[in-house]
Amino acid sequence: MQKANNLKEYRSELRESLDNDFLRTTLDNFAVAYRAGRANAFKDMDVHGLIDEIACSKDEAAASLDALYKQFKEKAEAAGVHVHLAKDAKEANDIIASIAKNANCKKIVKSKSMTAEETLLNHALEDEGLEVTETDLGEWIIQLRHEGPSHMVMPAIHLSRYQVGDLFTEVTGKKQDSEIEKLVKVARRELRQKYVEADMGISGANFAVAETGSIGLVTNEGNARLVTTLPRVHVALMGLDKLLPTLHDALRILKALPRNATGQAITSYVTWITGANECASAADGKKEIHFVLLDNGRSELAKDPLFSQVLRCVRCGACANVCPVYRLVGGHKMGHIYIGAIGLILTYFFHGKDAAKNLVQNCINCEACKDICAGGIDLPRLIKEIHARIQDEDGHPLPSLLLGKVLKNRKLFHTLLRTAKWAQKPVAEKDGFIRHLPMVFAKEHGFRALPTIAETPFRDRWEEIRPVVQNPRYRVALFSGCVQDFVYPEQMEAAVKLFAAESVDMSYPMGQSCCGLPVQMMGEMNASREVCVQNLRAFEAGGYDYVITLCASCAAHLKHNYPKLVMDTPSLALKAREFADRVIDYSSFVHDVLKVKADDFVQTGGKATYHAPCHLCRGLDVHEAPRELISTGGLEYVECGEEEVCCGFGGTFSMKFPELSAELLKKKLANVEATGAGVLLTDCPGCIMQLRGGLKNQGSSIKVRHVSEVLADNRKK
Amino acid sequence: MTTDYCQTFVDKAKAVSAIVSEVKSEDEALQYVIDLCDRKEACQLLVSGCERDLSEKAEQLCEAKQKKVIAAPGLTKALYDKLAEMSAKAGFECIDSGMRDHLAGVDIGFTFAEYGMAETGSLMLDCPGEDMRLATMVSEFHVCVLPKSKICKDSYAVEEMMLARMGKTPDYLAFITGASRTADIERVLALGVHGPLELHILLLED
Repeated sequence: MQKANNLKEYRSELRESLDNDFLRTTLDNFAVAYRAGRANAFKDMDVHGLIDEIACSKDEAAASLDALYKQFKEKAEAAGVHVHLAKDAKEANDIIASIAKNANCKKIVKSKSMTAEETLLNHALEDEGLEVTETDLGEWIIQLRHEGPSHMVMPAIHLSRYQVGDLFTEVTGKKQDSEIEKLVKVARRELRQKYVEADMGISGANFAVAETGSIGLVTNEGNARLVTTLPRVHVALMGLDKLLPTLHDALRILKALPRNATGQAITSYVTWITGANECASAADGKKEIHFVLLDNGRSELAKDPLFSQVLRCVRCGACANVCPVYRLVGGHKMGHIYIGAIGLILTYFFHGKDAAKNLVQNCINCEACKDICAGGIDLPRLIKEIHARIQDEDGHPLPSLLLGKVLKNRKLFHTLLRTAKWAQKPVAEKDGFIRHLPMVFAKEHGFRALPTIAETPFRDRWEEIRPVVQNPRYRVALFSGCVQDFVYPEQMEAAVKLFAAESVDMSYPMGQSCCGLPVQMMGEMNASREVCVQNLRAFEAGGYDYVITLCASCAAHLKHNYPKLVMDTPSLALKAREFADRVIDYSSFVHDVLKVKADDFVQTGGKATYHAPCHLCRGLDVHEAPRELISTGGLEYVECGEEEVCCGFGGTFSMKFPELSAELLKKKLANVEATGAGVLLTDCPGCIMQLRGGLKNQGSSIKVRHVSEVLADNRKK
Repeated sequence: MTTDYCQTFVDKAKAVSAIVSEVKSEDEALQYVIDLCDRKEACQLLVSGCERDLSEKAEQLCEAKQKKVIAAPGLTKALYDKLAEMSAKAGFECIDSGMRDHLAGVDIGFTFAEYGMAETGSLMLDCPGEDMRLATMVSEFHVCVLPKSKICKDSYAVEEMMLARMGKTPDYLAFITGASRTADIERVLALGVHGPLELHILLLED
């Protein structure tokens, strides 16, 4: 559980995780193995189709929670089950405590339930003098250690066999060694005793099926079957979001849940319970069953046009499995009770602003979670929205306010950048890097060298270099973004050169400004929207076949976020959609539209590897185009390990969490070095800044370049 | 149609460490159970942890067990009688009820599955009766007969059958796929946590 009061304290908590070698190695191995396991489990399946179906079905369920609850209750009660609705955590805990009291229960065995974690049920029951034993192995381990889960599916993933061995020695009073197979058997026998003694079993539920009044439980260990069979009372605690209209809806989710969670086609046990089933230890031979459905803000959430999609979550935990930040710091630091990307969001709704305020800033916006989510939830967007909401409630921090103010005023912003060029003079080296980092950067930013502001921004060069193209094949507008305009204008010039040679007529609207992503990342939604409107106006002249940007982040932001930012203003919404439809990234334009040929390039043959920018591979779903362009453009493409994993830049993220950014960069560069390539190519100036700065700092000879630069260089004259 | 799915079922079930064999008749299935029980370690529950250093309370539970036990609730009377007779001859205790007296564990739980699902190599067992449920849970080994004609493509194909059962409440239905497993310690796979250590599937020619 993350407890920091402010970002500074939170950063020092993160530092502890970074220093935990066991955690780091475990999560690294898991991240790599998970990706392969999942791909294998979904082989030959239409994953996107399945996820779309789940999203639709969950959305429909969320829209009719009241009716589903009513139907579920009627069906379940007709079959002899007691159904309760709890408005919040306390009410749920009170209901369960009174069930225990009325049925004279003393000992309770539990099967893992995230909902019970959410309500902190164990503490509440223990306060009532009840003995509660978790039976899921991982959950039992963390219960004995008085910790919360660090992963939704593997709650004790942060612990080593040695820690578990020591713990079990304490619990059994006998010396235990650390062999996993043996530890599992010790748990088996110790917990079997608990099942035998218990008079109440508590489970969660993965599905609550309204048409039959049944619940479905998905487990591997089989503890849920014992917990729901042996004790004479069974209580299942579940969120209202578990309600589904039909069994088919549940079976559909079951196709995705285990595959997405652990790469299993299905778990060892899936249990479907309908009605008060036979129980030999109950007085009348029938088990006393209670279903407790927890609201805790869910029905409010269901009404929110944007956040209702949160209720699509099936608790597979995959968003943590692919999160590069989770991989560095683990679940205790990347969540409160619910962890990972969905955890950052749920924490705000279930546990409040204070528990969420630091967490929501720790998203690098790489979109890996969105890409993998079984419910197709736009997690990064929701995290940003919550960040913005918290700032609206709490007041905006000064740097974020300032950036917002500056970016809203294009002329001021550009004047500042021009001024920076002079301000940097005393520290600028001829090689294009700043020699000593200015004092505003603390020493933790020293992991990468920073570039200097270019002598002449692209916008000042444009009229001079603008090519005259006769009989153009296409008319396009260039969107430079601030980094390529003011730091790397040569990348833009390289594109202009190739486009002219390919008979593309170009415009560069001068009214354009920063795309606005940085302020959106800092939770400044109003500023983000204003910048968006400015850019829409700048490109209004129209008549362009395409709007081309060489920055993957700009491209994804223009394409996906602009229409959302102005959707409440109909006239702008239409404009934004038309604009977004024309936006294309450099590699896709050159590869898919211009269809350049290898014959037009000098085949220089050097080895080049690639870094896939998050906003290109996931943001725009572009994978093959840049890699094929490398070969077409005359170089030999060598694949890099974890090519589609974030480099750690994340715009303002790297300023806020330099330690995390540095670690992500370190991993990335190790993979790059391992390829033996002399050139590293990519499609995003932000990534280039990060990668080039990191390699420079390491004294590496690998050159980092934009794909556009290589193509311009190698094109036959 | 079923034969198409049979091979997929076998492949998928084996991939999750189920032990799959073919039997030509119910008698052959019974013989399989007796042979398997015979081969099991002398101290029946060794494999499930009672030789470990347990707390005193957990050790006491193990001491309750004296003789090898086969639990076979839910069989037809004729088949159960046959198994009971074979068990007696081999020196095993055979039960079809009273599972609560055997919570320390029984050696073998013997059941028939209602359906098989090829997509995942899963068995579908309806067990509204508590003894049947416990037999598939507290046994060290679970041996389950699956008639080949009952192998379907996937869970969607058994949906209607499930709904019919859920309609006759109360009901307790399970998909069982491979042995009980965990990867909660260092993500290392270990079989047999709370449920059976081994799942034997006997494909019955029918």
